[in-house]
Amino acid sequence: MAKEYETVIGLEVHVELATKTKIFCGCSTAFGGAPNTHTCPVCTGMPGSLPVLNRQVVEYAVAVGLATNCSITQHCKFDRKNYFYPDNPQNYQISQLYLPICRNGYVEIETPEDDGLKRKRIGIHEIHMEEDAGKLIHDDWEGSSLVDYNRSGVPLIEIVSEPDMRNADEVIAYLEKLRTTIQYLGASDCKLQEGSMRADVNISVREMGAAEFGTRTEMKNLNSFHAIMHAIEGERARQIDLIESGEKVVQETRRWDDQKGMSYAMRSKEDAQDYRYFPDPDLVPVYISDEWIARVRANQPELREAKMKRYRESFGIPDYDIRIITDSKHMADLFEETVALGAQPKKVSNWLMVETLRILKEREMDAQDIGFSPKHLAALIALVDQKAITTTVAKEVFEVMFAEDVDPVAYVEEKGLKTVNDESELRRTVEQVIADNPQSVADYRNGKEKAIGFLVGQTMKAMKGKADPTGVNKLLKELL
Amino acid sequence: MRRRKRTVCLWCRRPLSDNGKRGKSMSILDYTAVELSDQIRRGEIKVVDAVEAVFAQIDGREKELNCYVTLQKERALEQAKIVQAKIDAGELSGPLAGVPFAIKDNMCTKGTRTTCSSKILENFVPAYSATAVEKLEAAGAVVIGKTNMDEFAMGSTTETSYYGVTKNPHNAMHVPGGSSGGSAAAVAAGECFAALGSDTGGSIRQPASHCGVVGMKPTYGTVSRYGLIAYGSSLDQIGPLAKDVRDCAAILEVISGRDEKDSTSMSRENGQGTDFISALQEDIQGMRIGIPRDYFGAGLDTEVRDAVLAAAEVLRAKGAVVEEFDLSLVQYAIPTYYTIAAAEASSNLERFDGIKYGYRTAEADNLHAMYKKTRSEGFGAEVKRRIMLGSFVLSSGYYDAYYLKALRVKALIRRAFDAAFAKYDVILGPVAPTTAPKLGESLADPLKMYLGDIYTISANLAGLPGISVPCGTDAAGLPIGVQLLGDCFQEKKILRVAYTYEQAVKRG
Repeated sequence: MAKEYETVIGLEVHVELATKTKIFCGCSTAFGGAPNTHTCPVCTGMPGSLPVLNRQVVEYAVAVGLATNCSITQHCKFDRKNYFYPDNPQNYQISQLYLPICRNGYVEIETPEDDGLKRKRIGIHEIHMEEDAGKLIHDDWEGSSLVDYNRSGVPLIEIVSEPDMRNADEVIAYLEKLRTTIQYLGASDCKLQEGSMRADVNISVREMGAAEFGTRTEMKNLNSFHAIMHAIEGERARQIDLIESGEKVVQETRRWDDQKGMSYAMRSKEDAQDYRYFPDPDLVPVYISDEWIARVRANQPELREAKMKRYRESFGIPDYDIRIITDSKHMADLFEETVALGAQPKKVSNWLMVETLRILKEREMDAQDIGFSPKHLAALIALVDQKAITTTVAKEVFEVMFAEDVDPVAYVEEKGLKTVNDESELRRTVEQVIADNPQSVADYRNGKEKAIGFLVGQTMKAMKGKADPTGVNKLLKELL
Repeated sequence: MRRRKRTVCLWCRRPLSDNGKRGKSMSILDYTAVELSDQIRRGEIKVVDAVEAVFAQIDGREKELNCYVTLQKERALEQAKIVQAKIDAGELSGPLAGVPFAIKDNMCTKGTRTTCSSKILENFVPAYSATAVEKLEAAGAVVIGKTNMDEFAMGSTTETSYYGVTKNPHNAMHVPGGSSGGSAAAVAAGECFAALGSDTGGSIRQPASHCGVVGMKPTYGTVSRYGLIAYGSSLDQIGPLAKDVRDCAAILEVISGRDEKDSTSMSRENGQGTDFISALQEDIQGMRIGIPRDYFGAGLDTEVRDAVLAAAEVLRAKGAVVEEFDLSLVQYAIPTYYTIAAAEASSNLERFDGIKYGYRTAEADNLHAMYKKTRSEGFGAEVKRRIMLGSFVLSSGYYDAYYLKALRVKALIRRAFDAAFAKYDVILGPVAPTTAPKLGESLADPLKMYLGDIYTISANLAGLPGISVPCGTDAAGLPIGVQLLGDCFQEKKILRVAYTYEQAVKRG
């Protein structure tokens, strides 16, 4: 009988914080910009320059720590991690080893099971603050490499989990949980594709029921949930193959190639570097007072669970909608603000659940990229409510609104999209449709009820959608 | 309005009429920095003349002494005109306005190359100035050049410089001390009026002692380290080397203060402020001065011992209570210092890799080879020795046994001083075991050179302020200095004692 294996997974998640300036200097963290334009002597490691800590970084790290049930290290310090690489201008990274800012936390995840949802706690070993490195640009033509230090010194937190996950579903649920929590806190936009959230996955396998962990490998270069899932499956299979064929799993760092669906060994434990960590003497220890923690706690926004509970109690929309809407803080804000402007919650939810999600999917966009304002969505809903436009027209207007955030009232006016309530014009059109479609008219009169649908459609088409279909139907029946 | 001509010096309050220095033979170079600035403000001397006088002296002596790595006469003359105009317009009235200064070559100077006396920074021209340099220039000081030093401040003789050794102005067969040897020698030789140095383990006080000038290391955090190319970040402090105690106080007053760009710099208030000139009072009645017996044991040259103890007697005569005590832990200071300083240096010097600035090897096959060759060719032997030592004590498996233990000993040393300062206002002792060694004597035996730092490094480990004041010469005519240490933030106490001593000796 084949042996059964259990996968043991722990994650190291890097999150780029949403501060305006870098962690140790006043340079902008803005994405893009010509190479080496967001730099100064500090973030390019010029001789004699010194780091000065950005307090906002500490504040965000504490906020994430509190939201993930960590204890805050009130006297925390920065350490230097020494290694030579050109993207690292000082040849040491300022990070935290000995006294990380947050420790011993957890988050709760839910994964689908046969009979509903399974809840599980995933432990957080620590969260530490550190600086990002620059970027190397290789010029194959010239055979040279250039360095762009715009990202050098951008603040990061690294969230190190306990090895508490057992399959890819749990990993994804954990990452989703971190992402929504951090987005809700406003501490980061957490975009995997753009690298503002990066996950390294530590995996080992062991025989079901074994007490000891197996030898683990660390998988890097995982740029999407898709890649993470495949890498976990692939690495589990590779390790089981090794064990079954009597070989040993080597502790090493591997790089995932998502195109090929394979991983490659980068470096083994034997050639692991000695980073010679020691406390950075250029930075004074950070003291996080009780008052400071209390202030961050008091400013903590409503997190997702609390929001979901409130939605259930006050908006009367389905649980499914609540889940989707609250998955992104941006969408939840949009929902609440639109409702606050007087729109009926269910109607707002429908616009988000149907049209918005459809366009997001078509254009491969994230919910946080939604650009239209609650004011305009409320106005669009009001136009439909007042029967000023038809649902068909509303969807057209919505497309434009989604793309350009136009004011629907002005747009409808400008393009002449208002529903025609002029009885005589509608009657004229219906009479024309009846005259133009004798076959359908005959079918209807011969008892084919469905034929009226075609005639309504023809009328709507002739009216360029600006008629109320119910009214058209009624008028057709009357005239036939 | 016509200003009334003053009859006393604004800063030293000495009557200008019987100054004694105002005779015909008086040269500009005989003035202290503060006196010169006073003469300039009174219109007796032009800034340009002071700068010219210094360069005339440099023309005469620099070839032999080699105090400077880089001189900038043109820039200095231009600067002199600008400063003169500001003084004439009444915009500059401080005690350093118009004074020609030298800066140790490990402090960044915008537009002027800054080498740390290393090959690896031979062509490095900073785009910014160190905060201390900026403050000096804002006060009207004219920077005339960058002084020679031990490479990356690692050494006690100024012989590890890539740009040649500096010689002692009192006897060119001897070293000036180090690592701020260029600054000390330049002040002593009249090649500038005052200079900035840096002190990680005695690098201001020891060359000041060897060259017969006054040198002061302030409390850690008093002067911003921004723009000072780091050696041992937790120990480095910038300070003045000058002709007398008053100049030291005036310079320190200008360069000290909290700097937003240096997290380890401090703002000082509540009686521990930086108004150092106010401390220059000839009154030490009842002050308690402790002499650590530990500082007078084996290895201390008898001539140095006698001169230092004679200085203590002068202070006793001026009303101080002088007594001996046991400081303890002194024997641990050297290994502790060399562990911590080397560890920090090994990391601080990683940025010199040939990628961004400075020297890069001519040819290398790959990145790793480029790093290796650049650093092998760019650094001198002493720097490599300390990088290796520092890398070793930080390696995994050795960190606890060496680096961590050194940090614990450092804390114990700090506590020993706390106990001492509970009893004494000031601690008095020698600066160095001997007067300036002969050229070439020290490099042959690095360990012996390290042991020479015994009296100075404790102040760096404990963050204390210290000053070296000339207290005589040996039989060969080489200067001897006496060291005064104060508790953290108590610069004013050591300045007061130093000033009292200096005045007493001056009157004979």
